[in-house]
Amino acid sequence: MPWRLLKAGLSKQPAPPRFFPQTESLKPRYDVVIIGGGGHGLACAYYLAKEHGITNVAVLERGYLGGGNTGRNTTIIRSNYLTPEGVKFYDASLKLFEDLSQDFDLNIFYSTRGHYTLAHTDSAMRTMRWRAEVNKHYGIDSALVDREAIARDVPYMDLDCAGNDAVMGALYHAPGAVARHDAVAWGYGRGAYQRGVEIHQQTEVTGVRVEGGRVRGVSTNRGDIECGAVVSMVAGFTPRVTDMVGLRTPLEIYPLQACVTEPVKPFMDTIIVSGSLHVYVSQSSRGELVMGASVDPAVLHSTRSTFDFVEGLADRLLDLFPFTSRLRVMRQWAGMSDLTPDFAPIMGSTPVEGFYLDAGWGTWGFKATPISGKTMASTVANGQDHDLILPFNLSRFHDYRLVGEKAAASVGH
Amino acid sequence: MPYRLSRQPLEWIDREQTLRFTLEGRSYTSYQGDTVSAALLAQGVTTLGRSFKYHRPRGVLSLANHDVNALFDSDMEPQLRGDVTPVTDGLSLTPVNVNGSLTRDRDSIIDRLGRFLPVGFYYRAFHRPRALFPFWERLIRRKAGLGRVDLDWSARRRPKRYAFCDVLVVGGGPAGMQAALSAADAGADVLLVDEQPHLGGSLDYQWVNDPRVEDIRTQLKQDVAAHPRIGVLSSAVAAGVYEDFWVPVSTPEGIVKVRARALVAATGLLEQPAVFRNNDLPGVMLATGAQRLIHRYAVAPCRRAVVLTANAEGYRAALDLLAVGIEVAAVIDIETPQPSGEMVSALTDRGVPVLGRHAIYEAQGSDQVTAVTVAPVEDGRCDLQHAREIACDGVLMSVGWAPAGHLLYQAGGSFRYDDHLHQLVPDSLPPGVFAAGQVNGAFALSAQLADARDAGAAAADHCRGELAGRSEGHRDRLPHSSPWPIVEHPKGRNFVDFDEDLQLKDLKQAAAEGFDNIELLKRFSTIGMGPSQGKHANMNGIRILARLLGQGIDETGSTTARPFYHSVPMGDLAGRRFRPERLTPLHGLHLEAGAQFMSAGAWLRPEYYGEPGQRDAAIAAEVRAVRQAVGLVDVSTLGKLEIIGPDAGTLVEAAYTMRMRNLAVGMTRYALMVDDSGVIVDDGVAARLADDHYYLSATTSHADTTARELGRCILEWGLDAQVVNRTGQWAAMNIAGPLSRSVLEPFTDIDLDDAAFPYLGVREGKVCGYPVRLLRVGFVGELGYEIHLPAPAAETVWRRLCKAGKPLGLRPFGVEAQRQLRLEKGHVIVGQDTDGLTNPFEAGMSWSVHLKKPYFIGRPSLERLKGDVQRRLVGFRVPQAEGSAIRECHLVIANGEIAGRVTSVGDSETLGCVVGLAMIDAALAEAGDALHIRVDGGADVVAERADTPFYDPDGARQRVAEEQELAHV
Repeated sequence: MPWRLLKAGLSKQPAPPRFFPQTESLKPRYDVVIIGGGGHGLACAYYLAKEHGITNVAVLERGYLGGGNTGRNTTIIRSNYLTPEGVKFYDASLKLFEDLSQDFDLNIFYSTRGHYTLAHTDSAMRTMRWRAEVNKHYGIDSALVDREAIARDVPYMDLDCAGNDAVMGALYHAPGAVARHDAVAWGYGRGAYQRGVEIHQQTEVTGVRVEGGRVRGVSTNRGDIECGAVVSMVAGFTPRVTDMVGLRTPLEIYPLQACVTEPVKPFMDTIIVSGSLHVYVSQSSRGELVMGASVDPAVLHSTRSTFDFVEGLADRLLDLFPFTSRLRVMRQWAGMSDLTPDFAPIMGSTPVEGFYLDAGWGTWGFKATPISGKTMASTVANGQDHDLILPFNLSRFHDYRLVGEKAAASVGH
Repeated sequence: MPYRLSRQPLEWIDREQTLRFTLEGRSYTSYQGDTVSAALLAQGVTTLGRSFKYHRPRGVLSLANHDVNALFDSDMEPQLRGDVTPVTDGLSLTPVNVNGSLTRDRDSIIDRLGRFLPVGFYYRAFHRPRALFPFWERLIRRKAGLGRVDLDWSARRRPKRYAFCDVLVVGGGPAGMQAALSAADAGADVLLVDEQPHLGGSLDYQWVNDPRVEDIRTQLKQDVAAHPRIGVLSSAVAAGVYEDFWVPVSTPEGIVKVRARALVAATGLLEQPAVFRNNDLPGVMLATGAQRLIHRYAVAPCRRAVVLTANAEGYRAALDLLAVGIEVAAVIDIETPQPSGEMVSALTDRGVPVLGRHAIYEAQGSDQVTAVTVAPVEDGRCDLQHAREIACDGVLMSVGWAPAGHLLYQAGGSFRYDDHLHQLVPDSLPPGVFAAGQVNGAFALSAQLADARDAGAAAADHCRGELAGRSEGHRDRLPHSSPWPIVEHPKGRNFVDFDEDLQLKDLKQAAAEGFDNIELLKRFSTIGMGPSQGKHANMNGIRILARLLGQGIDETGSTTARPFYHSVPMGDLAGRRFRPERLTPLHGLHLEAGAQFMSAGAWLRPEYYGEPGQRDAAIAAEVRAVRQAVGLVDVSTLGKLEIIGPDAGTLVEAAYTMRMRNLAVGMTRYALMVDDSGVIVDDGVAARLADDHYYLSATTSHADTTARELGRCILEWGLDAQVVNRTGQWAAMNIAGPLSRSVLEPFTDIDLDDAAFPYLGVREGKVCGYPVRLLRVGFVGELGYEIHLPAPAAETVWRRLCKAGKPLGLRPFGVEAQRQLRLEKGHVIVGQDTDGLTNPFEAGMSWSVHLKKPYFIGRPSLERLKGDVQRRLVGFRVPQAEGSAIRECHLVIANGEIAGRVTSVGDSETLGCVVGLAMIDAALAEAGDALHIRVDGGADVVAERADTPFYDPDGARQRVAEEQELAHV
């Protein structure tokens, strides 16, 4: 029994203070308005207040905190990307993640589990080697491992995949981790709130006022606000916000679905991903298998679930783990992924002065939460794109400077 | 079996058949038809499980597939639900989440430490000191989860089947049966689905002792069974509703996927527990749970009961107890008893005290309820000065309901709080979706039936395309739920969520900490996240939050009802396994020849011919054969597309980067395809067979996409042309090597003479009497002919060529040798030497981009990219001793930074060194410096740059004509 729980249990003090404020009225003006109260938005607010002393900030959330993709993802954190830009960015994110529980004084259950990306073809093996080599160059613990190594570590996996497309090897990424996704949002939210940031739930932005190529304010269902800067951090809703300022992006919205089984005693300690089988799975600290697949095949602005998804996922997962056929799927859900053509995000300044974009999070947004918040806060505070996100600027689509991350981002979560 | 009652009129058990099963190694008996929980209760076993967090003893609650505190592992399956799992002879069970045994669980100590483990305790601790977190995490993981999985279980896949109907009726109670009949009478084909093994629903456990109901019951069941338009699926759970009335129904035999035209949910109600201290003790159960025990399984829930009620159903349950000889110590009514109620007098006449405006303050007992303390109640607070204790061994709770509205929510419906009923009722439902009976707020049996008649008829109308309106006229106006069935207690243990062991104070604290939105409350406290998905917790959770916020139920909202209604086995979801594999027409011959196969997309291709132990030697021998004599490779997996029509030239011209319209009939040309952003996506050979007829090859992996893309272009551009995908219809093989012509010549009527059939020519004619197309191309860098021919002809031709070539040294060769051969020629493999961003300029194929053409796909991008080349594909060579360590995707390092990667590498016997291609930064490429390649272990291998082709740079061996058209760097 940890000392803190003993102390709290024996004390007569009332419940701990609120994480988030009760609803209060909107001020007429803020320095910065952040659209979207998910992990990214709250993290940006947190770092604006903590590292840049900018506290006249409002986070506007149309639903509830962390109710979008922050609460819908499968919580995998890793930095085994392919491009140098991606590797550096996600590695910085992972390092921030490692300290979050301490920074927040809130246990986000950041749990380093190790992460296998299985290769079933020789071309996948080549890609895994490529990723491993790039990772190692940047000091990231990734390695190409063979079947025997996987069999030792995950003895309950059918490496022959029931007879088709046997596993040939894998990219093993020791720092691969999972965390309580909601707690990440709450930690950032509480930290931002404690530092003076306003958080408004059930507050929907209905328009962004742009005059003379510059952002002047936003309209909401609760009234108009003036502001000096607007940061859009709304993932699948991005096209609706960029439409408000007349900005074109190459984003396409695809549903991404996931599901969990009933909780059983933990047996799976690592995170396992197979691009060929389009599955990824880990077991949560509650005992549920948390499972996902690739995005839906067609563009759709909706979070509806499909039966095809869960059928296909179960079908393929059984190739790797036959015994899971006896487990039961308890719940399924979906989020909206904002996918870019090159599978890298869109971050930073835009042609509209004072309008900052944090989007293109596709299927890799959660793992970027801390670094996105930090670099976007720096970008807004200094009026200059942070070095780490320079390659991700919207302008790259005009300039043919794409960041080809598909091989590492698509299903790899 | 001390708690088994005498024969009940509607019982489901077969007393002639006795079964044996074991729990924790102890032997028990049951009758055929018993569920595990019923059989154990019949034998006086009341502790059926331990709770998730505190390891408190738990018994039955609902007996309706929601008792997730009574879970058992069997040898074949984890965490079976005891309340609905039928006993089978020889079944061997262990309880889940128990450290020790059901009666002595060592982890029950956690119950005493509860004050130190408040809601969300895991967020508050274990992270400091940081180094100890892994220790705590391991401990927490050990305690997590419920059942145990046997990692050696085989994959149990059960095939799915499909069903179609006009009207799908879910729920086989009185409303469901009536709705089915009304819809069927109106001409609809009806499928009636019920999760129990027998139709009847509440009719058979809530209305058993009402003599007026007997005729209705008999009639409904007979009519349903006899109706030609009604099909029935029993023991079947409608697991979810998806777009367009797509409803998977989970049955013991597997999933039936139902496509309906209309849906009637007659899913009834979920009885909700009262919240008071120790409301989780074994013996405390829902009134309907007790009624199910009595009427279905003839099991007495207890010997002396206290009934806590807020509705007429509770009184009926009390009378049910009396009818089977169970003593009712008291009926405790949270509200004022309905004065006119004849049931009240029926009870008081039999000496049962009825206490109005009272509540149970707490239950007593350690592993079984032994007494309750009851007291006058006002708005959830008990007047303890007037408290009294009543001894009992069972408590029935009948205090309210939540609609089993999951399917209606998933179908897009919404609910609202009805202030008369104190309960949620359907508000708006999408077209074609109907609610009937209790889920729709109709309680009296006559009202349920009338409501169901409306719903059934409306559903049938909908199927005929008629607008179907519904009235709400059958909804009851009297409350059947208590608006506040919750009693405070300073010592807590008044559980709101039995799955997750959440008490009233946990929810209060979560809300006080700012999680005062129903979704945040769920996520922080985990209410409703357990295996029953909040079926007994969410309604009380909403009531509690609404009260804390001082707002209404509707304003408070509810969490989303996601699939599935009950959990569904993965093996059923997976269904039958189907992994199509494509074999070339020559597959059998490859097997005969001892080929080792590799997969290429859905295809299987020979990697090489020989023993796995001799891989390298086999590949080397194959390469040697092609360079020195002749080899034969199966290239049937290549895409083979026919483009026919007046606009064929226009299409090919615009779809590929090179000029194609000026290609002479009888000639071929390299064909490179890029996407809108200028990235290489496919390559192949275009052959012109006539003015209006091209024949294209495409890469194995991209063939279908290319065919689709060309079809899209035809539609979009309004061209008069057709694409015929002959990939599977035709086979193709490449005979290559200096002796290839002499092997082929005797079998063909085509003149192979250089003058008649130059390099890059295409000819139609016959080989071995079969119609073929011969393409004289040189992917492997030798004299060679690609023979395209109908699939049925492939075997004969292959056999004859092999036989004829054998004396000359002909060998079949596989993909690996082909890769090596083309590497020696510096030919690019799309997808290996290129990646998702590579454009033709980077790949050294500027010569293939004809920007003079006014338009082709990708041209605007390529025009821009022409002067902006970031990377280049270059060749390198290394002596064999050092080069053998180089692998594809090793990095090229310059000045300590990543400057590129090796895309292809091979030890060339022909050239006597290792050669390779690398995609490197343009600056480094321009400089022409040697490449520093970082190999495994971090060593630096220096490779000198080399021009490609490495082998036969002038192309003399393939007899290059004046035009140099093949792809090389």
